[in-house]
Amino acid sequence: MSDPRPQPASASSERSYESLIGRLSTELVPVRRLPPPSLRTLGWLLVVAAIAAVLLMHYGVAGMAQRFAGTPDLAWAGVGAVLTAISAAWAAFALSVPGRRAAWAWLPLPGALLWIGASGLGCLRQVIAPGTQISTMHQSADCLVFIVGFSIPLSALMVVLLRRAYPLRPVLTAVLVGLASAAASASLLEICHAYDAAATDLLTHAAAVALVVAVNMAMGGRLLSKA
Amino acid sequence: MPHSLTANAFMGLDSALFPWASVTRTVQAEAVSASANETPDQRRARLMSAAQSGDRRAYERVLADSILLIRMAARRQGVATDRLDDVVQETLITVNRVRHTYDPSRSYDAWLTAIANRRAIDALRSRGRRDSRELHDDMAFDNHADIDDASAATEQMQRAQRLREAIAELPPGQREAVEQMGLHERSLSEAAELTGRNTGALKVNLHRALKALRERFNGEP
Repeated sequence: MSDPRPQPASASSERSYESLIGRLSTELVPVRRLPPPSLRTLGWLLVVAAIAAVLLMHYGVAGMAQRFAGTPDLAWAGVGAVLTAISAAWAAFALSVPGRRAAWAWLPLPGALLWIGASGLGCLRQVIAPGTQISTMHQSADCLVFIVGFSIPLSALMVVLLRRAYPLRPVLTAVLVGLASAAASASLLEICHAYDAAATDLLTHAAAVALVVAVNMAMGGRLLSKA
Repeated sequence: MPHSLTANAFMGLDSALFPWASVTRTVQAEAVSASANETPDQRRARLMSAAQSGDRRAYERVLADSILLIRMAARRQGVATDRLDDVVQETLITVNRVRHTYDPSRSYDAWLTAIANRRAIDALRSRGRRDSRELHDDMAFDNHADIDDASAATEQMQRAQRLREAIAELPPGQREAVEQMGLHERSLSEAAELTGRNTGALKVNLHRALKALRERFNGEP
């Protein structure tokens, strides 16, 4: 490796470093260390799990189990959404600490592919088996409201948690925040989703996810970079 | 004995659920006794960990130890030599603000370098913005060709040298104000954050310094 060592600091800059370091260390107070990303992810997921528990108590497991048994690809889409939520949340928390590789942002990709791919299969079934009940635009609009309605508080919670850290790539982190909360909302939707996936349904999901990701990107970029 | 069994089981569960707790304990234990064969990165990690708990001497040492790493990172990003000091200062200020995000079980050097890279990129961007507002060198040369001869250039250098000396002889507070706001073109608030002085004191110092310099140069034949 070539030596990238620059010439040593001049006497005057060394003096100014010394005075800055002296000032910073005399003002030093103990700090509460940030818990590791895995633990912070777990905390956020607990909130999602609590909402899921409330929804399950209200709607029951039977409907969801029946739907999943009838259309396994819907179950796979649900699994994909859950995996996306977990991995995107972890990646967001990990990238908000300096020193982690940006490549971790790819972690949610497999889950997202499963989620989108399996939902896409649901659309295809419309063509293969036209007998299944198709959700109307009105019901799809409910989905949109549901996803966006849950994503906003979940994103807000994550932004609050992330502001305690120091995201060096605010926009990338915001995309992950949006993806995690949209995926979590879509997972929650599976519990009380009364209709089978259809093309309109998938489009609404895509629109909702894109909306949440875009709003997070536009706001989070500034919200997070202040830290 | 069922009693001790329960205690052990609980401790096992505790360390399984909260693995970071044992890491923190280990690092704090290490902070007390430095082992001889630790790498520089490990030493800095230990010092920073101690600084997080409020150890001022450790903090001073780890910050002083960080300067070369920051300069290296900034050089790799392509920061010009005359801007290195700014990147070092801004990185140290950022490190101070976000020191709670450092996890002692991970590399300190990687953490610091990531912050230094960010500040270096910021410096390059602000330099880029400033350059785009300035007249391009070639154009300036064509339109305003230097008609002076070499002796004028020498005189200019001598004048600059005299000015540097005069600034160096100012009282520390005044010198700092001139350096921060006059030479580094920092704003009043930036200079206040960097020097830790309030804006009023900086303004007064700058005013006094300029007055002193004016008197000195106008008084000279």
